[in-house]
Amino acid sequence: MLDVRWYGRGGQGAFTAARLLGQAVSVYGDSYALASPSFGPERRGAPVWSCTKIDGEKIVDRSQPVSCDYLVVLDETLVSENMGGYLREGGVMILNTARPGKHTGVTHKLVTLNATRMALDILGRPITNVAMLGALLGISGLTGTAEAGRALERTFSPSVCEKNKQLMRRAYDAVKGGANE
Amino acid sequence: MTGSKEFISGNEAVAMGVRLARPGVISAYPISPQTIVVEKLSEYVDDGSLAARYIRVESEHSAISAALGASALGARTFTATSSQGLLYMVEGLPFVSGGRFPVVMMNANRTIAVPWSIFNDHNDSLLLLNSGWMQVYVEDAQEGLDVVIQAFRIAEDPTVMTPVMVNLDGFILTHTYELVTIPSQDQVDAYLPPYATDHKMTLEKPVSLCIGAGPDWQTEFRYQQHGAMLRAGAVIRKADREFGDIFGRTYGGLTEMYRCDDAEAVLVTLGSITNTVRAVVDSLRAEGRKVGLVKIRYMRPFPLEDFIGLGDQVKAIGVIDKDISYGYEGTVFSNVNSALTRRRKIPATVNYIGGLAGRDISKKNIETMYRELLDMDGNAPEDRVKFVNLRWDNE
Repeated sequence: MLDVRWYGRGGQGAFTAARLLGQAVSVYGDSYALASPSFGPERRGAPVWSCTKIDGEKIVDRSQPVSCDYLVVLDETLVSENMGGYLREGGVMILNTARPGKHTGVTHKLVTLNATRMALDILGRPITNVAMLGALLGISGLTGTAEAGRALERTFSPSVCEKNKQLMRRAYDAVKGGANE
Repeated sequence: MTGSKEFISGNEAVAMGVRLARPGVISAYPISPQTIVVEKLSEYVDDGSLAARYIRVESEHSAISAALGASALGARTFTATSSQGLLYMVEGLPFVSGGRFPVVMMNANRTIAVPWSIFNDHNDSLLLLNSGWMQVYVEDAQEGLDVVIQAFRIAEDPTVMTPVMVNLDGFILTHTYELVTIPSQDQVDAYLPPYATDHKMTLEKPVSLCIGAGPDWQTEFRYQQHGAMLRAGAVIRKADREFGDIFGRTYGGLTEMYRCDDAEAVLVTLGSITNTVRAVVDSLRAEGRKVGLVKIRYMRPFPLEDFIGLGDQVKAIGVIDKDISYGYEGTVFSNVNSALTRRRKIPATVNYIGGLAGRDISKKNIETMYRELLDMDGNAPEDRVKFVNLRWDNE
């Protein structure tokens, strides 16, 4: 089973990203997925994490994952010294930052992108969850942007959806090009 | 509408199941972690995709009271609650069951205060085991949707006429998104005909419902209510078989036995933890360990026959309780032990109290339980009640 853990702050859409990924790989792909938010009261601005579990068979393990294959961090103020400890062997951390040099040594493999800049350019708002989903897909190949695009269509209104598709593609291409790695 | 696959939460799955069951009245008050169920249902009524009357009430006490009234008029009736809300309904619950009204209620299992918390355990619903409601616990969102549809059929069976509480673990099931197959309306209509009963108030044929009874008749009413719940066992099995014929999914009767045929150590579960225990059974089986799982689906009626029928090779049974009856033991454990006294050969039993107010029960915890059960060689420890993941040693 493959685990993705998303970190963000309440309101940044870390759970929506976890759900979009699960929907893309299961409804529009041929895998199974579970997507869970941080359980408990909703608190805007508070640190939250969510996770997506993905497997080729129906997932019956509902225990909380103690490690993951991908760590996706929407907000760099959440990065902590021990965060890399959650990563499995060969795991990758994907981080939204304008200052990649600040976070070297956090983990074995770190991919950075300036998702906030991309979101401001395309959406006009610093909402980075779909950009980070695009980056994850670019790094992992867990599913295609076409499948993820269909999940976006089910979630957002047509105008918001089109811009988010552009944003996803921009982030996907950025990490594929490896320009910020 | 044809069947489709959706990536949805347990709450959404329940709401979709309710819509497909075509209730006439929904009477509910929102509470975490059930809220999305009533939000969705009110949206469905508003957008016209569900032709029901949605009664907005000021409390859970009113929710169950209005549900009682609606059911007494012959309407298929649904309500949903959780934890403190369920406790606020308590006065109404035996009115509904004693009045023999087939209301279906979803309960999002959440612990009860204090210490106050909105996280999952079974201290809420198990407190109401004696309320006269059937209680079913589901393992995932798909079972939640399917069992809601089954529940109306079981509750409304003329030989049963008893309300059903459908329990989903709060957050673990209500807020986790997963792939769910949504049946088509045609399929559900073929499985679940409209509710038709003479047990209702009409102007044409006035009757007394929810009557009083003194020493001369009370015992007979209780006896009949008890008998109806016992008869429900066969109705539940039949409802599930026929569900399988139409929808291609079955869940068993009052329990599901998983890899128990030659098992020497068995864990007994309720609700979503069954999922993770299944995964551990598979991995221990791959090592050649003879372990199995009894998933209790219905706590009422209780699966007495299933425990009597468990193979004689079973040496030890562990019961996971997400609840505690203070001063004694877990409630599921008491019920299981009571059933086991009817056996010729009684296995050693141990009670694992865990998952309280949402604390995780890990695969490692479950592996440890199985190893303890296998190692005790049929001899239970002196203190059979153990708290899992306690920050102190069990005394």
